[in-house]
Amino acid sequence: MANNFLRRVDLIFDQDCNFKDVLKSTYQRSNDDIINELLESGLKGRGGAGFPTALKWKFTSEQADVEKYIVCNADEGEPGTFKDREILFKVPLKVFGGMAICAKVINAKEGFLYLRGEYRFLLPELEKQLAQFQSILDELKIDFHIKIIMGSGAYICGEESALFESMEGGRGEPRNKPPYPTVSGFRKKPTVINNVETLVYSFMIFRYGAHKFKELGTADSRGSKVFSVSGDTPKPGIYELELGMTVEQFVEEFGDGDTKAVQVGGASGFCVPRKRFKDTIIGFEGVPTGGSMMLFNSSRSMYNVLHNYLEFFEEESCGQCTPCRVGCQQLKLGIEAVKRGERHATYLEQLQKLAQTMKITAKCGLGQSVANSFFSIVENFKEEMIY
Amino acid sequence: MTETKELVKRLADKHGRSRESLIPILQGVVQEERFISSETMTEIARELDISAATVYGTATFYSFLDTQPRGKYVIRVCKTISCSMKGKHLIMQELEDLLKIKVGETTPNKKFSLLETNCLGWCHKGPAMLVNDEAYTELTPEKVREIINEYMNK
Repeated sequence: MANNFLRRVDLIFDQDCNFKDVLKSTYQRSNDDIINELLESGLKGRGGAGFPTALKWKFTSEQADVEKYIVCNADEGEPGTFKDREILFKVPLKVFGGMAICAKVINAKEGFLYLRGEYRFLLPELEKQLAQFQSILDELKIDFHIKIIMGSGAYICGEESALFESMEGGRGEPRNKPPYPTVSGFRKKPTVINNVETLVYSFMIFRYGAHKFKELGTADSRGSKVFSVSGDTPKPGIYELELGMTVEQFVEEFGDGDTKAVQVGGASGFCVPRKRFKDTIIGFEGVPTGGSMMLFNSSRSMYNVLHNYLEFFEEESCGQCTPCRVGCQQLKLGIEAVKRGERHATYLEQLQKLAQTMKITAKCGLGQSVANSFFSIVENFKEEMIY
Repeated sequence: MTETKELVKRLADKHGRSRESLIPILQGVVQEERFISSETMTEIARELDISAATVYGTATFYSFLDTQPRGKYVIRVCKTISCSMKGKHLIMQELEDLLKIKVGETTPNKKFSLLETNCLGWCHKGPAMLVNDEAYTELTPEKVREIINEYMNK
């Protein structure tokens, strides 16, 4: 590989892993010891928000409630993200294993995996793997059970509190925070909710030790990450890469020679234009991502890209709070009006104010993050919005 | 007992009668009948002892819980950006020509419904679509013709 910084890693999909041994040895350790190792690794949530995993586990473990839960968030809906599907397809035992270790730490007897409706075809094989997992737990005399719950086509259910509402049989409408899930989650009980990838990394940290994970990445973004690469690239697919690369390094590897922009983090993420490739780091110190990396070459209209995202948000907004319900519609109608020449180009500034208002006032991450792609696309590709 | 009553009772026996059983029951209805009628919603409300408005509220929130009649095979074509860039409109055109219906419609023989959907998670292999639960990727108009032919003969 010409680009020597872009290091391919093989932690997640490594098949050479004695599942039972890792589980057994980890279960022999004290909870404090487990939390400290995870803390030491620097692992942050891989779903996009990046909360330190060890702290989630620790806060939940400190709650006095008898009933607590571990939930695996497999409601992967961010445009351009498909890594969780691949992980669940290839290494489901490691996901279950991560849940089992968390269950020990927080003292949970029940775990749930919330799988998006679009991935129902994975269910028969997952159930089979789950049965194998349960028999291993029986052998080790571990009292913990996992149930798979199916979603039904709603992006917003990837938001943790909306996911709990959905699991409880309601509309997937996010709750007010605080309280956070570590205090009041599923059934209003303390709950750890982790992304699929986060749980696998947790499991692998207990296999290899925190040091191996910590060797990779940067101070703010430790370890490696599974990236979903799509768009104008000769090699779309799933790649596990060390964190800390710049967009330029990424484009050197995955671009088609004519990349004009990279959307990092999906529709709710940020658009990085060519002039910023060099100084933008992919990670928590630069542009964070749940793994979605979409490349656009110079043949693409960024107006169409933004319009597609806004249409997505308009449909997927749960409609509960006004800034998001009305804001998404108005942003879409607004850029359409500018494009048709019915509104002057300065109207874009008003729309940016609206996006900013949504960032401050929307109830959950969906409405708050619309501004990310809106600002980064409108600011960097203004001409394409107007002409 | 009517057919609806029987179906709802059978699903409630399987999934339970708590509020948490609601979505699995609704999903079960869709699996069997492809949509949830208002009669079925009322019956579920009675069986679970919750209000019909609650059932309606939950059912209408989720895009895969159809509340209007659909065909035996529901086709959902991904319209999100990566698939759109890889020629999703050609796939849609082909499907409309083959089935002689527009997006949102169901064929007169109730065999196919044609819908659009948001990101299916196959961005690296677009364009993609679902036929009921089955995913089809890297579609071309020819491939679509083969797939639909197969379903037509089922």
